[in-house]
Amino acid sequence: MNKKLSPGRRAYTAGMKALMYASTAAIGALVLFLIGYVLYRGIPNITWKFLTTVPSILNDTIGIWPDILNSIYVVIATIIIVLPLGVCAAIYLSEYASNKKLVSIIEYAAETLSGIPSIIYGLVGMLFFCEFLKMQTSLMAGALTLVIMNLPTVMRTTQESLKTVPQSYREGAFGLGAGKWRVIRTVVLPGCVDGVISGCILSVGRILGESAALLFTAGIAHAVNGFFMGLKSSGATLTVALYIYAKERGEFGVAFAIAAILMLLTLIINLSAEAVARSFKKKRQI
Amino acid sequence: MEANEKSILSVKELCLWYGNHQALKNINIDIPKNSITALIGPSGCGKSTFLKTLDRMNDLIPDVKITGSVEYKGEDIFAPGVDVSELRRQIGMVFQKPNPFPMSIYDNIAYGPRTHGIRNRAKLDDIVEKSLRGAAIWDEVKDRLRKNALGLSGGQQQRLCIARALAVEPDVLLMDEPTSALDPISTSKIEELAMQLKEQYTIVIVTHNMQQAVRISDNTAFFLLGELVEYGKTEEMFSQPTDKRTEDYITGRFG
Repeated sequence: MNKKLSPGRRAYTAGMKALMYASTAAIGALVLFLIGYVLYRGIPNITWKFLTTVPSILNDTIGIWPDILNSIYVVIATIIIVLPLGVCAAIYLSEYASNKKLVSIIEYAAETLSGIPSIIYGLVGMLFFCEFLKMQTSLMAGALTLVIMNLPTVMRTTQESLKTVPQSYREGAFGLGAGKWRVIRTVVLPGCVDGVISGCILSVGRILGESAALLFTAGIAHAVNGFFMGLKSSGATLTVALYIYAKERGEFGVAFAIAAILMLLTLIINLSAEAVARSFKKKRQI
Repeated sequence: MEANEKSILSVKELCLWYGNHQALKNINIDIPKNSITALIGPSGCGKSTFLKTLDRMNDLIPDVKITGSVEYKGEDIFAPGVDVSELRRQIGMVFQKPNPFPMSIYDNIAYGPRTHGIRNRAKLDDIVEKSLRGAAIWDEVKDRLRKNALGLSGGQQQRLCIARALAVEPDVLLMDEPTSALDPISTSKIEELAMQLKEQYTIVIVTHNMQQAVRISDNTAFFLLGELVEYGKTEEMFSQPTDKRTEDYITGRFG
């Protein structure tokens, strides 16, 4: 056991170690560079006025207040719809469905759905929600399109976390005479809250970052509206606004400013969702 | 042992299949009231499967086929229209690994009564104290009823699970190797508890530990390959087994 490693073996180990360090360093540097560059280009352009006004052609000023609101509206509307839908579907598939074949078909379909490019969702959303259901180009049509897009994510993460709830909890509850729904409500669901929340985080990230699907369905207007009025009318989210300012008006300073804000927003949402998950977990641990 | 008024569970010609595999073969057994019946036998002999059949926990497993009958207080538990929830209230189960719910000690005990519709606070307080006393764990936890049950030691958790089962006032307690995951001190506490409990309850316990069967049980049933080989008074069975296979097993020639 005490035999020293041969030189070749030692060089190999050292080489592999160096390779791993280098990969880690490369990834770290890339991420830092990206964040740093966006912040460096973006932050100087962020002013109070930029954040809180609407764009004006007369004054030739740009403000992103309506886009911030639109983003928030779309996130809220999408999550409110997709969360109960996805969680219920996951519960059905994992806890109730007895036809294993059907379950695996649905799971496979969901898996496939989550791999489809978002522009296709946009196209379908435009034809179905905007045209067929006569919703016009509106934030609601955009939100519904995003619901379809995020349903598989929420469903799959919930399903995964349902699997982590120990079978012994279910047995214990059934053994006391509890019915199926009571077992799910009192023992299974509380155990998978963190999975549901991580599904939410992933979805919010995708919603904030989505542009192609929303360009088709939600439009590009920059008007300030209340929540319900906003959902009925056309409006650009931050990401769509970023695209428009950069691509159609060449305002790269504005685009980078929006990018910086998006990054901060994502960070804040993720941190708060994690805090919620932690507080849920804490209650259930010692 | 012939069936008499004193037997609470009476099993006749019970067979059970998991898919194509027959796990129980023609089991006939009468379990007397207010006694401890030990089920022994090597792994995979069907004793746990048999235990789970008694409160229909096998219903949870797909592809299980059961023939024959299990009569609880004279009524077939597989008859259509049997209230499984009520059956499981009357026939409680303690599992091999302690499985308290990840909630407070109080809520763990109150889970069963709440399931069966008891909401009254004072009544629940009463049940919780009575059950914890019944499982000889009240003194250890009375000051931390609101703390999470997962913070208890393994032995305490198992007694908590027994208390949780007692809280719904069952008549029968099924125990599936309740001490196999516990240290010797916790094990002896559970054994003592079982012997106290038999005054009020009927206990059926699966055990791998033959000393345990000798120490606590009144009757012993020896299972092998899905068959009930021998069933009788524990003392007699361990001193003069009638079947060669029983003798081989209890003298440690296989198992």
